[in-house]
Amino acid sequence: MPYRYERDIAFADIAFEARGRSLEELFIAAADATINVMVENIEEVMPEQELKLAVSGNGFDLLLWSLLQELIFFKDARRLLLRIRSLSIRGGDGDLHCAATAVGEPIDPARHRLCVDVKAVTLHRLSVEKKNDEWFAAVILDL
Amino acid sequence: MPPSGLEKISDYLWELPMSFKPGMRVPARIYGTERLVAEMDDGVFEQIGNVAMLPGIVEHAVCMPDGHWGYGFPIGGVAATDAESGVVSPGGIGFDINCGMRLLLTGLTVDEVKPHLRRLVDKLFARVPCGVGSRGFISVSHDEFRNILEQGSRWCIRNGYGWDEDLDRTEENGCFAGADAAKVSDRAIERGFRQIGTLGSGNHYLEIQVAHAANIFNKTLAAAFGLVTPDQVVIMFHCGSRGFGHQVATDYLQRFLGVMGPKYSLAMPDRELACAPFASPDGQDYFAAMKCAVNMSFANRQVIAHRIREVFSEEFKKDPLDLGLRQLYDVAHNTAKIETHTVRGKPRSLIVHRKGSTRAFGPGMEGVPPAFKAVGQPVIIGGSMETGSYLLAGVKEGGASFFSTAHGSGRTMSRTRARHEFNGHDIQKKMLEKGIYARTASYPGFAEEAGAAYKDIDEVVRAVSGAGLSVPVARFLPVGNVKG
Repeated sequence: MPYRYERDIAFADIAFEARGRSLEELFIAAADATINVMVENIEEVMPEQELKLAVSGNGFDLLLWSLLQELIFFKDARRLLLRIRSLSIRGGDGDLHCAATAVGEPIDPARHRLCVDVKAVTLHRLSVEKKNDEWFAAVILDL
Repeated sequence: MPPSGLEKISDYLWELPMSFKPGMRVPARIYGTERLVAEMDDGVFEQIGNVAMLPGIVEHAVCMPDGHWGYGFPIGGVAATDAESGVVSPGGIGFDINCGMRLLLTGLTVDEVKPHLRRLVDKLFARVPCGVGSRGFISVSHDEFRNILEQGSRWCIRNGYGWDEDLDRTEENGCFAGADAAKVSDRAIERGFRQIGTLGSGNHYLEIQVAHAANIFNKTLAAAFGLVTPDQVVIMFHCGSRGFGHQVATDYLQRFLGVMGPKYSLAMPDRELACAPFASPDGQDYFAAMKCAVNMSFANRQVIAHRIREVFSEEFKKDPLDLGLRQLYDVAHNTAKIETHTVRGKPRSLIVHRKGSTRAFGPGMEGVPPAFKAVGQPVIIGGSMETGSYLLAGVKEGGASFFSTAHGSGRTMSRTRARHEFNGHDIQKKMLEKGIYARTASYPGFAEEAGAAYKDIDEVVRAVSGAGLSVPVARFLPVGNVKG
């Protein structure tokens, strides 16, 4: 499992650590971790609709923050549960851009085993870093 | 585990001196019994120490007895900054702007409600949308939503969702003046305009509760607040500004991060404490946008109150007024307000940030509704779904905390741990055995809300009472519950 939820951090919220062999893999794992807070089994989210997402950030952590915020935005604005099918990251020196293809479907309480609503991605302890040839992200979601 | 530098001021008050962390401009004060403080997580002390670094902060940073790890501010955090020279920090309000509580009275006893309880809870579960992705039952256009942002509960009353008297019994009379819809993003509008009339999820809830005679602690105040019948039923619910408020908070957090250094030469140890001078255009824009979210949340709770009245009216086949379904009060937990407080003998205009904390104005204070001016502002402190909640009143001695008190029980374990340790179905069954009929949109979410995941509400109330922040009036026990 490319992500795990922390048991002893963030009492009122949810903290997770995601990992990936590349930044792209890491970002996709973090996106799944975010959606998995809201739906018990992310495999129940069918790829019925496709959206192109484009975000930017001043640093890998803020880039990830922007991407995850997009997923939360669409969850409320269009009632969509989205997973990232593919993404690319370009840029450098504090000017980073991420283009992603997200796929998903409208929330269906009859089919999706829904859990708890995510309000926002916090900046608390947010980090993206490389350790021993693997990328890690630490994120706390506001519930 | 409290840090070694924590000093005991009194049985209910503790202090971290400025030497606790470099950069602290004032001491940090933590209210609580010895037990509550001993059990507080390390994040509370770390975070309240950081809050004490806010430019323009006055007297001390404060943490309430229900305090626990948050982000930026601890939940239960209070900080007052100078309105002219100090900063405003969106992290001091939180993402769920004006998350708050509303309490409705009824003229019914628990024996009158019991035969109808299951149907009432089932109907409320069906007709007050809750959970992930819920859509509100009020359909408005973007433009009309902007009107709601600037008018709050007044829009609701004008459109038939409630009574004039509800406004008197809501903080800010249900509309925080100065809200400017032009200061919120189109994304925030898009995210929130379909969510008016939704409860949310997590620790948001709607409860039917009972005030047993044995749980009335102050008969004079109880009578003043309308608790006049033994075993009187009340209805309490907890929700906020939904996706709209969350987006406003996110937008301005991002904006403040971008300007605080380059424009204002400000720096804080935690990005969630991003701030800007309150008097600056950035500070004023945030305040005007924050007020929009405050008003949206008041409107959200106003239409939900209207829906509750409808459900009770249908079930009992009586007019809601004949059922005594009058509002007692509506309090906000996450706001910033301009308030005048006496500091070292002099009145000062302050921006009081309350994050997971309730305003508790005492008798005679401006802002207390006329009906309660003589006795003080009603304060609603919510416990866990298994333990019940409290009604208190503000007191004239509450100035030490800028007339602020606790908002709930506070959590003692993470949601992740609670989900592993408890089973939502088992908890629902046990609650039923104890006489609480509950409906939930999510059993994993229900497990996260287990009573054992929360602090002892009685201890929290003992602490705010002992500290002179508010006085207990009554305790309510739940008999029906709706959770998102």
